[in-house]
Amino acid sequence: MNLSAFLPALIGGILIGTAATLLLWLNGRLAGISGILWRSFFAKPGDVMWRVLFLVGVVGGAALYYALFNDEPVARENFPVWLLVVSGFLVGYGTSLGNGCTSGHGVCGLGRLSLRSLVATLIFLVTAIVTTFVVRHVFGVM
Amino acid sequence: MKLNLTSWLAGLVFGFGLALAGMTHTEKVLGFLDFAGDWDASLLFVLGGAVSVTLITFRFILKRTKPVLAERFIITKETHLDRPLIIGAVLFGMGWGISGYCPGPAVALLASPNWELWAFLPAAILGAVAEKYFELRRTAKAEAAQPQVTAQENKPVIESPSEGSCG
Repeated sequence: MNLSAFLPALIGGILIGTAATLLLWLNGRLAGISGILWRSFFAKPGDVMWRVLFLVGVVGGAALYYALFNDEPVARENFPVWLLVVSGFLVGYGTSLGNGCTSGHGVCGLGRLSLRSLVATLIFLVTAIVTTFVVRHVFGVM
Repeated sequence: MKLNLTSWLAGLVFGFGLALAGMTHTEKVLGFLDFAGDWDASLLFVLGGAVSVTLITFRFILKRTKPVLAERFIITKETHLDRPLIIGAVLFGMGWGISGYCPGPAVALLASPNWELWAFLPAAILGAVAEKYFELRRTAKAEAAQPQVTAQENKPVIESPSEGSCG
């Protein structure tokens, strides 16, 4: 097994955990992207700025990585637009209803040993694995 | 002011980590979710790396009475497993498994947007706003149907029920 291929993934993961640590330790907030994002539309005036700045930081951090390593993602050529729209709607609706995504339930929820987050993480992981199988191998969409 | 600066800084580290981890590359994410294909295990290292940090640091942080710069920790006290949590996780899993985008990478990808993002992100915002709309309507209906305070007494008092559980 070529372990060096997993090094960026491991370091990236450690940085994500470090960012969540900073936000909880300094600001007392959990670094769940969907909650920070969706609630920025409905939050009270004084509760909006830190959310927006966190998200601006996320974009800036990714921009810095792309600039340093020239590793911008490339769009798929034949992926159906309607599937992206359906996928987006499900992700938005589901993370709002279930109060969390990979970062909130996965990284932060597991970190604080929340049973709700453990159950949510297992459910969305298994559902995503089944869905990917159906989309790729039953319908042949890549 | 300080809170805004540290929030931005945490976001910066988060975004760099996401991109370095390969989470904004859908072929990597779907390569991990696709067990029937040429399986890419690297996402295990992303989640493993992140959780092994938070598992250690959160223990110490949450022993404090309050965070360094704010008055209190804003974390949900909700502990029971309910239907919205489970249905929400199923719907999110379906959406994630179709395209390979979850909310964090979708935001990070604004640093280098392509046409996929312009289809995905507005739809995701619409989905979240639609869910919030139905939620508010349900709450309003429940309140209208139950004007008295009776039968409420046994319910635990939860301060801002879902804030802080969010991802």
